Amino acid sequence: MPDLTSNTGGIVSPNPFWLASAPPANSGEQIQRAFDHGWGGAVWKTLGTPIQNVSSRFGAVNYGGKRAIGFNNIELITDRPLEVNFKEIYETKKKYPKHAIIVSLMVETKEEWKDIIKRSIDAGADGLELNFGCPHGMCERGMGSAVGQEPKVNEEITSWAVEYSTVPVLSKLTPNVGDIVPHGLASQRGGAHGVSLINTIKSIIGVDIDNFVPQPVVGTQSSNGGYCGAAVRPIALHMLAALSRDPGFNIPISGIGGVTNWRDAVEFILLGASSVQVCTEVMLKGYRIVEDMIEGLEDYMRQHNFETLDDFVGKAVPAYSEWGNLDLNFESIAKIDPEACIGCQVCMTACHDGAHQCIHPNDDPAIRVPVIDESECVGCNLCQIVCPVDGCISMVEVDNGYDSATWNEHVNLGAKLRPKKGAH
Amino acid sequence: MLKLPEDRTETHFDDYKKAYTDNQAAVEANRCLYCVDAPCIKACPTSINIPEFIRKIATGNVKGSAKTIFESNILGMSCARVCPVEVLCVGDCVYNEMGVPPIEIGKLQRYSTDTAYEEGWEYFEAGPDTGHSVAVVGGGPAGLAAAHELRRYGHAVTIFEAGDILGGLNTTGVAPYKMKADASVAEVQWILNIGGIDVKTNTTVGKDIGWEELDQKFDAVFVGIGIGPDKTLDTPGEDLDGVIGAVDWIAQMKLGTYDMSGIEHAVVVGGGNTAMDCLRELCGLDVPHVTMVYRGDEDRMSGYDHEWDAAKKLGARPEWLSLPLEYQGSGKVESVRCQRLDSDRKPIAGDEFTLQADLVLLGVGQTKLGEQLEPLGVEVEWGRLLVDHHGGLNRKGWFAGGDASNGAKEVVNAAAEGKLAARSIHNYLSAATTAPGDL
Ligand SMILES: Cc1cc2nc3c(=O)[nH]c(=O)nc-3n(C[C@H](O)[C@H](O)[C@H](O)COP(=O)(O)OP(=O)(O)OC[C@H]3O[C@@H](n4cnc5c(N)ncnc54)[C@H](O)[C@@H]3O)c2cc1C
Ligand SMILES: Cc1cc2nc3c(=O)[nH]c(=O)nc-3n(C[C@H](O)[C@H](O)[C@H](O)COP(=O)(O)O)c2cc1C
Ligand code: SF4
Ligand code: SF4
Ligand code: SF4
Repeated sequence: MPDLTSNTGGIVSPNPFWLASAPPANSGEQIQRAFDHGWGGAVWKTLGTPIQNVSSRFGAVNYGGKRAIGFNNIELITDRPLEVNFKEIYETKKKYPKHAIIVSLMVETKEEWKDIIKRSIDAGADGLELNFGCPHGMCERGMGSAVGQEPKVNEEITSWAVEYSTVPVLSKLTPNVGDIVPHGLASQRGGAHGVSLINTIKSIIGVDIDNFVPQPVVGTQSSNGGYCGAAVRPIALHMLAALSRDPGFNIPISGIGGVTNWRDAVEFILLGASSVQVCTEVMLKGYRIVEDMIEGLEDYMRQHNFETLDDFVGKAVPAYSEWGNLDLNFESIAKIDPEACIGCQVCMTACHDGAHQCIHPNDDPAIRVPVIDESECVGCNLCQIVCPVDGCISMVEVDNGYDSATWNEHVNLGAKLRPKKGAH
Repeated sequence: MLKLPEDRTETHFDDYKKAYTDNQAAVEANRCLYCVDAPCIKACPTSINIPEFIRKIATGNVKGSAKTIFESNILGMSCARVCPVEVLCVGDCVYNEMGVPPIEIGKLQRYSTDTAYEEGWEYFEAGPDTGHSVAVVGGGPAGLAAAHELRRYGHAVTIFEAGDILGGLNTTGVAPYKMKADASVAEVQWILNIGGIDVKTNTTVGKDIGWEELDQKFDAVFVGIGIGPDKTLDTPGEDLDGVIGAVDWIAQMKLGTYDMSGIEHAVVVGGGNTAMDCLRELCGLDVPHVTMVYRGDEDRMSGYDHEWDAAKKLGARPEWLSLPLEYQGSGKVESVRCQRLDSDRKPIAGDEFTLQADLVLLGVGQTKLGEQLEPLGVEVEWGRLLVDHHGGLNRKGWFAGGDASNGAKEVVNAAAEGKLAARSIHNYLSAATTAPGDL
């Protein structure tokens, strides 16, 4: 039986699945229900000086009949009194001693940080998360991403928190920066026991085209919000991997951003996350999704003979390389399984209009299975991506007789490259 | 034109394929793969750009979606309901290859076209007046499709219709659980809205006006007269009350009322699609015992499998390889004496049986009307008008389409052929020197 116990900079939870600091982790009653469903930890909705929210406050990107593949919000931190939050943290921790409760914080002055950290720890927090990420509202008041975008400020506030805290401290980073690495390093210099990433991405989710107002609509106006949900996963994965592979960065990471199921979680772990946090998918589907996350993760670990998470945290990081180190002589081409093909020919049009014009109709119009001109196929994958039948198009390696040669080897050592395909 | 009475036997029926809600349409539309050179288009006789109209539903452009449909098929609203999609577009949807339910193209088409009707969207204008005039004989689907297309080219059109209502069998024949007469009449009105179509009902060409007269009064002629009344088998007792042609009975039920009280046992003679419709209609009208008497067997019946399956489900019972010998009763039919046939359809001596019957519908085919044009030199085969690839008859300026020339297919074929002929007529009128057949 694989052991799912997760340890992120000293914060231990029975499994790596945490609720991210957001509406699903707004109150004790909710978090207790989430723990009953199987969540291993929860990052409490950010505490600070309680605010007043607007309505409406959420928006979504729908695509091809799928609702909310991307999501955004313009809500701020907790709007509930601090005493109430602390009381509920205390009660929850007492009832669920094995689960991890991380308290997310966002205040301004050194004194405020000192005070709120003490009260959080007194209430029973297993760890703290410093919210340096919120890209709307709070940053206009000098907090959130306004901190996360300035490595110096990040480092300084992190060092205050570490000084006052007796429990592990994670800084939660904003993705609204050009390069995440200096920001992760700043938190590390400040003494953080780990970082969480990503918070939401600055965005305008859509426009009400009949009333000429961006969304979400607040009366007659709107504001930019934070983008999250399934659509942001690739951005989160990149930022996670960029920090993971940086030789100077060596504290744990709690991965966040677009996690919807066990498979997404495995991807995050393989790129270096010790725990994963989920907000949007829980908002859309409820706490119950964790059942499948746990089951799927366990099964995956069994299949790969992993006993603990540490057996595969960061396992895909070494294979994340610079483009210049990719083998230019590696060649693959698309092959269609005629038995599986349903003859929709969307691969043909994708290749013709969007790739290299090498998928053609069969000479016999009665046969709907297209024909791939292998001498022209550049192995770009587009056809495989659009094909509606799983496993119908596969990318098959071809032996072209050339030894491996990267761009760097070619430029620096004169390594011989195979002739270009499809470049006439 | 005749106004339909409110009280019609057909109003007893609900739609067997329910209309989509917005949400249902969106979900189904989003399933479509937007195939390239899509097989569904090829399977549609009017070649509607199906992936395009479905994508437009998915994006919320329902107005454009209906336009895509009507551009190819002005009878898109009725076709959405009455087309045997199982053997047309839906039957060729690539999802069948995947073992996944195919796209409900008919229901999506109904969604778009119904919305267009409800919203009163208008898409077509008559072309600038060309000074040419065309006679359209027959106001069924073929004639209507031809007339509409001719108006788009700007030719003046006169429709001659023998009956008192337009729409042909689309109004008087199709099963009421697919479409009721009022929907067909609404479609007729929608088509006539293009303007400039002079409609002469209760005018039978060949009787009220001579065929040759058309040549003098018009620059071109389209013949869309469909097929004729029910055939009979000259079986003794056919003149008894309660023995009636299937198409005749259906028309009575659709346009008015047919007294079904006291009918406990109904027999339908025949195994084609008209017979299938009758079986389903009789079951739907709660006749307790509905029996089909057919001279062939299940494998060789001409009715669609999906129609027979549906009739069976409703409780219809078959007598395969049987032939009615005599309708019995005094004044009114009471029973049918039948002869059993062997697998070569030869009578098995001494093997007879009798079925109780208060109503007998003869669905053994309809007569063909083509022969009346033979004196004009028009080529006719088995009562069917022979046309070339452009819908041209071998008489200068004369064209035909629909059941009259295709031997009786579907509404959608009539729509396609009417439109094709209109285009050929336009080419003919535009290049008056071109001989027919050289188009
Ligand atoms: C019982 C039944 C059910 C059917 N169900 C379906 C179905 O579900 N789906 C489907 O697609 N198809 C169905 N069909 C077939 C479909 O109705 C026909 O294929 C279609 O109506 C043919 O159109 P048309 O214009 O060629 O002929 P018709 O619809 O027959 O129209 C011909 C018109 O010409 C008129 N006419 C005839 N002679 C003259 C004359 N000399 N002068 C003036 N007018 C004349 C007639 O009165 C008639 O109105 C069904 C047919 C029947 C009989
Ligand atoms: C409605 C909403 C409110 C949020 N509030 C907070 C917050 O108070 N503090 C915080 O650190 N992050 C907040 N976030 C960001 C999430 O914790 C998380 O970092 C982000 O949504 C990406 O994860 P996801 O793709 O699983 O949603 C919020 C997100 C949403 C959608
Ligand atoms: S989700 Fe609940 S709180 Fe939000 S708008 Fe709907 S009803 Fe109101
Ligand atoms: S996309 Fe796939 S199923 Fe469709 S034609 Fe191409 S190979 Fe066949
Ligand atoms: S074949 Fe089916 S999936 Fe493809 S375009 Fe037609 S309806 Fe859509």
